Amino acid sequence: MLELKKIAFSADGKTILHDVDLVVPDGELMAITGPNGGGKSTLARIIAGIEKPDSGQILWNGQDITQLSITDRARLGLGYAFQQPVRFKGISVFELLKLAAGGDLTIAQACDYLSQVGLCAREYVDRMADGSLSGGELKRIEIATILARKVKLAVFDEPEAGIDLWSFQNLIQVFEDLQKKQQESIVIISHQERLLKIADRIVVIEGGRVAAQGDAQKILPDLLQQKPCCKAGRGC
Amino acid sequence: MGQEHLSWNVTGTNGLAARQEHQGIDMAQQHLLREIAGLNGMPDGAFNIRANGATAQRQSSAHVKIVGKTDVQGIDIYVEPGTKDEVVYIPVVMSQSGIQELVYNDFHIGAGADVTIIAGCGIDNCGHEDSQHDGIHTFYLDKGAHVKYVEKHYGCGAGDGGRIMNPQTVVEIGEDGYMEMESVQIKGIDSTNRVTKATLQKNAIFVVTERLMTHGQQNAISEFEVMLAGENSGAHVVSRAVAREQSTQQFISRIYGEAPCNGHTECDAIIMDDAKISAIPEIKANCPDASLVHEAAIGKIAGEQIIKLMTLGLTAAEAEEQIIEGFLK
Repeated sequence: MLELKKIAFSADGKTILHDVDLVVPDGELMAITGPNGGGKSTLARIIAGIEKPDSGQILWNGQDITQLSITDRARLGLGYAFQQPVRFKGISVFELLKLAAGGDLTIAQACDYLSQVGLCAREYVDRMADGSLSGGELKRIEIATILARKVKLAVFDEPEAGIDLWSFQNLIQVFEDLQKKQQESIVIISHQERLLKIADRIVVIEGGRVAAQGDAQKILPDLLQQKPCCKAGRGC
Repeated sequence: MGQEHLSWNVTGTNGLAARQEHQGIDMAQQHLLREIAGLNGMPDGAFNIRANGATAQRQSSAHVKIVGKTDVQGIDIYVEPGTKDEVVYIPVVMSQSGIQELVYNDFHIGAGADVTIIAGCGIDNCGHEDSQHDGIHTFYLDKGAHVKYVEKHYGCGAGDGGRIMNPQTVVEIGEDGYMEMESVQIKGIDSTNRVTKATLQKNAIFVVTERLMTHGQQNAISEFEVMLAGENSGAHVVSRAVAREQSTQQFISRIYGEAPCNGHTECDAIIMDDAKISAIPEIKANCPDASLVHEAAIGKIAGEQIIKLMTLGLTAAEAEEQIIEGFLK
C-alpha cells in the first residue's frame, strides 16, 4: 500500500501541490485525472522519487521512503512510465527490456511484452530505442518496460498519449489484464474516458489539491458532465 | 591471468602455412591479441602477427599472400582478384616498454575480391619509457573490390610510460569498390593522432564508423579527408566519441565533392567531467551535383536518460556506464 501524507511541492515560486493526501491500496487500479497543470504529473514524479516534496511523507507498505532515491524505490518495486519516453542511442529495444527485467530476459519473453503493447515483436526487438522510432512506438515500448519489471506498484503518466486508435484497445487490455491479476497496484494518469472507465477508483487533482475521489462508477458521470470546463482548465 | 589453453606456435589448420618467422607469443601479448582482434589462438587463413617490433608469426593462404618489406618495416598483403570471404589478421602487440616503431603495411586488393581485414594494436606498458606504434596502412582497391577493415586500439599496463599510437590510413578505392572501416579506441591509449585519407573513383563507397573514448589526461586527434573524385561515389563518416575526466579530443572531418556524389559526415560526442572536445567538419563541393552534409553535436548525457534507467533499478553510475556502452557500441 502506498500512502502520501500532506505532500507539498513548489517550483519557481509557484505552489504545485498543496498538502495532498492519497492512499493507493494493494491491487487497486487508480486513475488520476483533472485539468492540465493541476499537479498530476508532479505527483507521479514524486512517487517515483524524481522530485522530492517540500514537505509531507511517502509510505510504502509502512516504510518511509520520502528520502529514498529513484533507484532504491525502483528496487522496492515501484515502477514509473514516462509521459515523454526517453530515447537512447545505441540501446536496443531488447536491451532496454532486459535492463527493466533486471538483466534476465529471453527473446521470447521480450517478444511477449512487445506483443502485449501491440508491437510486432519480431520487427522491434532488435531495433534501437532511439529517434528512429516514432513517439507512439516509444510510448508502447515504455509501457513494455514496466511489464518486464514486474513491479508491485506501477505509475503510468498519460499512457494513451501518442498511441493510435488501433493500439489503444491493446493498451486497455494490458491494464485490464494487470487489474485481473491483482498482483500489483496501478496508478494511471489519464484524460481518456475509456481508461477512466476501467479504474476501480478515480481521483481528481485540480489546482494542486485532491478535488474529488471515489468509486469510478460514482465519480465518472459527474466528471463527464464537467469535462468541457475541466479541459479548459478554468475550474467548473 | 589464469591458465590459458591457446594454440599459439602451431601451424594453421588449412595446411597452407608459409610461415617465415617464429617467435613465442607471451601471455601479455595473448591478452592484447584477444582484446584487439578477438584471437584466442592462431587463426586460419592468412595472418601476420607483429610483436615487440618484429614479425612474430606469419602465414599466407592460397589466395592471400603476405610478404615482408625489405626497405622499411612492414608488409605487403596481396589479395588475388575474386577472393571471397577470407579474413586476414594483421595485429600488432607490444609488451615491452620503450619500443618505438614506424611500420608500413600495403594492401593490394584484387578486382572483385571480398575480404575482411582485422588489424589493431595493443600496448601493454608496465615500464617508464614510452611505447609508440605508428602504422601507415595503404589500401589499393581494384575495380569492384570489397573490404571490411576493422581496427581496434587498446592499451594497458601499470607503468607510467606513455602508450602512443599514430595510425595513418590511406585508401584508394577504384571503380565500383566498397570499403567499410570500423575503428575502435576505447581504453588505455594516452596519445593518438589518427589520420585517414581516402580517394574514391566512380561508384565507389567508403563507410567509416569510429568509436573513441578518452579518459585521464589522454589526448586524441582524429582527422578524416575524403575526396569524392568519381561520379556517383559516396562517403559516410560517423564518429561516436566520449571524453571523460581531463582528456581532450579533436575531430576533423573534410569531405570534398569533385563530381556528382553523396557525402555525409557526423560527429556525435558525449562530454563529461573536465574534458574538452572540438569537432571541425568541413564540406567542400566543386561540382553542382555534389550533395554533402555535415552534422556535429557535443553534449552531456541527458539527465532524463539517467533517470529512466534509475527507475529500472540501476544506480546513477550504472546508468551512466550503460548509456556510454550503448553509445559506443
